[in-house]
Amino acid sequence: MPQIFPKFYPQNLVTMAVDFIEQILLYIFGNQFVVDCIFKFMGIGAILGVISLAAMLFTYEERKVCAFMQKRIGPNRVGPYGLLQSMADTLKLMTKEDIIPLGCDRVVWALAPMLLFAPSALIYAFYTFDDGVVLADVNIGLFLLLAISSQAVLPFLMGGYASNSKYALIGGMRTVAQMISYEAPMAFSLLGVVMITGSMNIGDIVKMQGELPWFVFLQPIAFIIYIICATAETNRTPFDLVEDESEIVAGPFTEYSGMRWALFFMAEYANLLSVSIIATTLFLGGWQGPILPAPVWFWGKVLVMVFLFMWFRWTFPRTRVDQLLEFSWKVLLPLALVNLLLTGIGMYSVKEFFASF
Amino acid sequence: MSEMISFANEATKLLHWIIDFVLNLAVNFGVPQLINAGVFYGIAGVVIMMAYGVVLFRNIVHSALCLTASFIALGCMYIFLSADFLGAVEIMVYGGAVAIIIVMGIMLIRREDMSHSNPGRGVVAHIAAGVVSALFFISMAAAVIMSPFGAPAEYKLSDSVTGLADLMLTKYIVPFEVAAILLLMAMVGAIIVAKGREADEA
Repeated sequence: MPQIFPKFYPQNLVTMAVDFIEQILLYIFGNQFVVDCIFKFMGIGAILGVISLAAMLFTYEERKVCAFMQKRIGPNRVGPYGLLQSMADTLKLMTKEDIIPLGCDRVVWALAPMLLFAPSALIYAFYTFDDGVVLADVNIGLFLLLAISSQAVLPFLMGGYASNSKYALIGGMRTVAQMISYEAPMAFSLLGVVMITGSMNIGDIVKMQGELPWFVFLQPIAFIIYIICATAETNRTPFDLVEDESEIVAGPFTEYSGMRWALFFMAEYANLLSVSIIATTLFLGGWQGPILPAPVWFWGKVLVMVFLFMWFRWTFPRTRVDQLLEFSWKVLLPLALVNLLLTGIGMYSVKEFFASF
Repeated sequence: MSEMISFANEATKLLHWIIDFVLNLAVNFGVPQLINAGVFYGIAGVVIMMAYGVVLFRNIVHSALCLTASFIALGCMYIFLSADFLGAVEIMVYGGAVAIIIVMGIMLIRREDMSHSNPGRGVVAHIAAGVVSALFFISMAAAVIMSPFGAPAEYKLSDSVTGLADLMLTKYIVPFEVAAILLLMAMVGAIIVAKGREADEA
């Protein structure tokens, strides 16, 4: 009988649990390859579980935060403190009639919500949830992450075009303008972090923040630019022109109902969680922190970021389209480029300073 | 109790034997190579089918969506052939750019009925398109045949980003800068074209 119980590391609870399961599976199947295959599937299942849990949790949290900001009570009927509200919503959405609008482009219309959810879920493969806990440890992780998440633009446009509704089409057009113009400053703000680390591997970036201070202190401008761009990329107020209730009903998903609409919302909350995770891993030191175990630090920071985004949503009024685009191209992009220049000068001078000894 | 444990041990032994047998059989029959080839031809098939879709669809939005699918599949192909950086660039740049093409398509065409927005243009256009495609195919085939392929046996592509960056900023710095200037000129030109009418009227 092999050694089943691994050593106890209080700092690495996740690694320990994974080791334990791996030993048991190895004992049952006796083949590393089979165990690895099972582990990949378990990882995918875990990621989908995290996304679904986040969607359910965040719908409740968003309402409660909103209510708190507006001096209301919020959901309090279903379950204690309204905790089962999102469960009730899920049941309602699943039993709703699936309305297909007249004259819509059937295939494109049906594909849009699925294709929107795919990139939002795919990028979770690159996140390091703990030391070495990552589904796909890619060398160019950060770049691939940006590339895949930029694919979220097209499904919005597909939904907007295929719905055969003017509000949906306007929403789709706005999505393209908004998301493409905020992608550029976002990528440039993340490049500052890559310059300091010298690597696009997300695990390396997190480990580097153990040696240097957290990058939020080294790259404060980049952090602020990233937060603003992330708000725009997830289509949240003050930049929610895509799904603007008072102007264009609900933008690209005006004509969707039932589970198709739920998929749009799943994607939206998956994106909210994922921008918070990126902010945490790149700027706030990821899973690192003293005394407490790594998962506590990681999820604590992520939830603080999520709360920050919700706070923005219920505090700021909506911007206008032209203000939004002008702000991106005339303020954020030059600022991001200046930040890159400053980072280069800073790194060069630090290097020279240490070389002079 | 001890009987149960010994039974469990026997059962796991049997399971280990079956798994080993199946895996060995799979390796002996070349299943790993088969899977590799299957992925390659699967992705290549998607790329080509989607490229056909671009030409054959009557609806210009469907054509543009097929173009995106083709580009993304091509990016997957690069990643499968371990040129991961190029694959990511393909997905990011082309996938993003096609969204703009669709917007342009919808805005420029302005039709009530989008289902016949990508019509054929008659015999002459078909012949011209055939000639251009044939010339392009011949030149690409010549380039493929004439360039030496196959990396050295011990060559390992560990990090394509560093290698690309080194080459771009040392050996190929002049073409790199020329391309940058060309793109800048294109951008300035686009702004002038977009703003020109207003300036004339003012």
